[in-house]
Amino acid sequence: MSIPIIDSGQTPDVLGEGPAAPSVQGGRARLVWRRFRRNRLAMVGLVGLVLLFVFAFAGGHLTHWGPADNDFLNTQTGPSSDHFFGTDDAGHDMFAQTVSGMQKSLIIGLFVAALSTGTAGLLGTAAAYFGGWWDRAIVWLTDLFLVVPSLLMLIILSPYFQGSNWIILIPMIALFNWMITSRVVRGMTLTVREREFVRAARYMGVPSWTIIRRHILPNISSILIVDFTLNVGAAIITESFLSFLGFGIRTPDVSLGTVIDDGSNFASTDQWYLFVFPASFLVLLILCVNFMGDGLRDALDPNSTGGSAR
Amino acid sequence: MSHPNDELLITDAAGRAETGVPLLSVRDLHVTFSSEAGDVRAVRGVSYDLHPGEVLGIVGESGSGKSVSSMAVLGLLPDNARVTGSVQLAGRELLGLSDRAMSKVRGKDIAMVFQDPLSALTPVFTVGDQIIEALTVHQNLGKEAARKRALELLDVVGIPDPQRRFKNFPHEFSGGMRQRVMIAMAIANDPKVILCDEPTTALDVTIQAQILEALKNAQALTGAAILMITHDLGVVAGFADKVTVMYAGRPVESGAVDEIYYRPRMPYTIGLLGSIPRLDESSEQRRPLTPIEGTPPSMVGLPDACPFVARCPIAVEVCHSSEPELLPAGPGSHPSACHRRADLAGGTIPVDGVFPVPKIPAAPLDALPRADRATVLEVKGLHKHFPLMRGAVFKRRVGTVRAVDGISFDIREGETLGLVGESGCGKTTTLMEILELVAPQAGSVAVFGREAANLSGRERMEMRKDIQVVFQDPMASLDPRMPVGEAIAEPLRTHGWSAEKSRARVEELLKLVGLEPYHAERFPREFSGGQRQRICVARALALNPKVVILDEPVSALDVSIQAGVINLLDELRAKLGLSYLFVAHDLSVVRHIADRVAVMYLGRIVEIGDVASVFRAPSHPYTQALLSAIPLPDPHKERERTRILLPGDLPSPANVPSGCRFRDRCFKYASLNAAEQEKCRDEDPMIVARPGREDHATACHFADALEVV
Repeated sequence: MSIPIIDSGQTPDVLGEGPAAPSVQGGRARLVWRRFRRNRLAMVGLVGLVLLFVFAFAGGHLTHWGPADNDFLNTQTGPSSDHFFGTDDAGHDMFAQTVSGMQKSLIIGLFVAALSTGTAGLLGTAAAYFGGWWDRAIVWLTDLFLVVPSLLMLIILSPYFQGSNWIILIPMIALFNWMITSRVVRGMTLTVREREFVRAARYMGVPSWTIIRRHILPNISSILIVDFTLNVGAAIITESFLSFLGFGIRTPDVSLGTVIDDGSNFASTDQWYLFVFPASFLVLLILCVNFMGDGLRDALDPNSTGGSAR
Repeated sequence: MSHPNDELLITDAAGRAETGVPLLSVRDLHVTFSSEAGDVRAVRGVSYDLHPGEVLGIVGESGSGKSVSSMAVLGLLPDNARVTGSVQLAGRELLGLSDRAMSKVRGKDIAMVFQDPLSALTPVFTVGDQIIEALTVHQNLGKEAARKRALELLDVVGIPDPQRRFKNFPHEFSGGMRQRVMIAMAIANDPKVILCDEPTTALDVTIQAQILEALKNAQALTGAAILMITHDLGVVAGFADKVTVMYAGRPVESGAVDEIYYRPRMPYTIGLLGSIPRLDESSEQRRPLTPIEGTPPSMVGLPDACPFVARCPIAVEVCHSSEPELLPAGPGSHPSACHRRADLAGGTIPVDGVFPVPKIPAAPLDALPRADRATVLEVKGLHKHFPLMRGAVFKRRVGTVRAVDGISFDIREGETLGLVGESGCGKTTTLMEILELVAPQAGSVAVFGREAANLSGRERMEMRKDIQVVFQDPMASLDPRMPVGEAIAEPLRTHGWSAEKSRARVEELLKLVGLEPYHAERFPREFSGGQRQRICVARALALNPKVVILDEPVSALDVSIQAGVINLLDELRAKLGLSYLFVAHDLSVVRHIADRVAVMYLGRIVEIGDVASVFRAPSHPYTQALLSAIPLPDPHKERERTRILLPGDLPSPANVPSGCRFRDRCFKYASLNAAEQEKCRDEDPMIVARPGREDHATACHFADALEVV
């Protein structure tokens, strides 16, 4: 839930979507946005992310090759005016493959990160804030997921999802990825919960979920933002691994992960372009998300000098 | 001066000062820290002499450089501090000595007592071992001899049963006991100088009185000189011979105690003295405090001007262009750093007219007799017991913590009830129980005659509008990540105000508490402590409550800032017809602001009544001890008073004594005969009205008025 969900490359929604309605006042949201805008690197990240989305969804029009087309006349050729990023041994146009892979990887990376960080935030804060049976049940669930070997579960589950849409990967990856953050969030919430401003809000009559959203989440946002940015990269890698296992994205569909995976054998050969081009897009994506995360963290944190006016 | 004894004492101190060679002589001490913003000049030219057996008080607010200057004397500052000047101990220069050489001085010739006794003791060693270590580091003592000496020391500082306590760990001691251990360690090697850095700030008043007594004994025993660093003008008045007032890293006034208190020659000192609420003020002449407006300057890049100029009501042109030297106003007068010292000394400017006395409007309700006013908050027989559980798997109940054990009071419209007591007496638990607005374990809480117990969720929400709270620590009670405008608007938004309306209201509230509307967009960290507390007050007032619960609202603030907040609270009460439940451990503040006062001890109210009768004729022994323990910022009165020292610490609320719960610390109990003592042991005294008093009740079998202030 309330994590910086950067969907469709639009303005980052600070408060995100949660069980409670987002803040209507806009006072803090406006202030955070202003502080975010002052951070040059964060804006570079934001613009970069928008450009990556544009590239992923409009880049296909730059070439007449499709990701599944084979150019048997030009196999294993280097970058040229026809094949911008060269071709592999089956004559696939690497540019078309990268663009197509980007589409899925962007969606998978960002959504998995949002979902798993969101779950961690939701369950971690709820467990700590409400305490009692909530706490016991959620901690028990968290521990259960921690001890179950996720890879084994995924392999056992995979036959049920054979042939279904690749979108199913998003909840699958997120499902086994939230536990550790959730425990950290729970610990941090336990300390924030005892602070007087939370008590003050309670005596004002502020509903619990609003307190969590308005007071607790902003105060533990650093960990959630860091977790989110790390998860983007991790999700893309996990996805390629699952695809390798045979469920998720299968040929002729490609993802950035599978393209990089295929090209990784050629990284130090004269066919470097099979690896370097898709890999640099992954690096670009993660850099952009990181810049934005840092900017958002500084914008939310009044103690940082990054966001304040100079 | 009408007290020959006092005069004697002063001439004695002065005589020593003239004849003796100074033990510790500090000359032109400067301490500068490098920081990213520039050089922070924390101490700018401190000089003083300390003679054997003398007590010098250094008074100043936080950030005035008083602690840093003493750390510099001990060579305990971090490496990024640049220290210049001269510190001589019996003629030997200490500045520039290596750390190894300094280690031989520290703890032997100069000992230190820190503010926080919990962090100053190592938790993993027994108290006895730590004292033995302090001894053997500097003396060549055998194991047995060291042990004997350590036991002696524990006895000297008043730790009962030293044989047994010797083997205890610091966590098994209470705060006051730990501070005694610190004093024992400080005097272990017969030091020449004892530096005390706010030694009683973290302690309750009755414990403070015990510790000051222990320090006096220690001094009498060792003949050491004491350097007492504190912000409390009351502590200094009774304890010190000489006082130095520090402001912005410089001493601004120094002299004998009586000189400073009765003939201050620097507006800052005058302001400080005028801004403390007095326990001995009479209710007839209750006047508003005179706050010092503004905040101390930043210690980075100070211009050549009087650092106090921005806050000074009598500043003239020269104050802006040059910094005054610490010079006497004339022959026989003590030095002060003020360009207008001659005017102050000559009487051209009357000392009590330096700061304008703020006008606090009279509350219209004050004219109405108490009985005719509506009851706003009524608490009857409130209980809160916590079970004490033991066992990991099968939890069983091994006892009960009686945090609040049956208390009753009511607050009428436009009235302030002060709830006082030492830490652990159940004040805060009482507040929390009231604020929860649910049915208590036993008893009842009613707001405007409506029981909190049988409210629906919606009604409870409505009731929250009428009862609001301001917490002690203004930093902790404001969300650091929320702009203050939004924090103030939070209660409004919660209770369904539109964004437009609440924005206008926030502006109005900010002006009401003396801030500017443009402050709404800033984060709490950009405000000073006093301003933050004003923000908290604004937030509490947002919904026009009828009762505001103030939980130690000024105890985290500096004296000069505190006065402004107290005046603001007073003014708001009059303007808006508010009722306050004012919880505090500082009885002087309660004396100033409250109409009625309730004294709590171990979960019970032991004495309640209107302020004038309770303070003038306290009739419960605990109230008497509490009042007598509070130091007055008045050296003459302070020397004349006799303290009632309570033995021991507050008992644990898990183990409440039978009968009267105060009896094992009660000085009156000790003087009773056997039959009377039995009554105290067996019968729990009920709170009954004092005969002949309209509004004064006490819970003591042998209540008897005693004047202690």
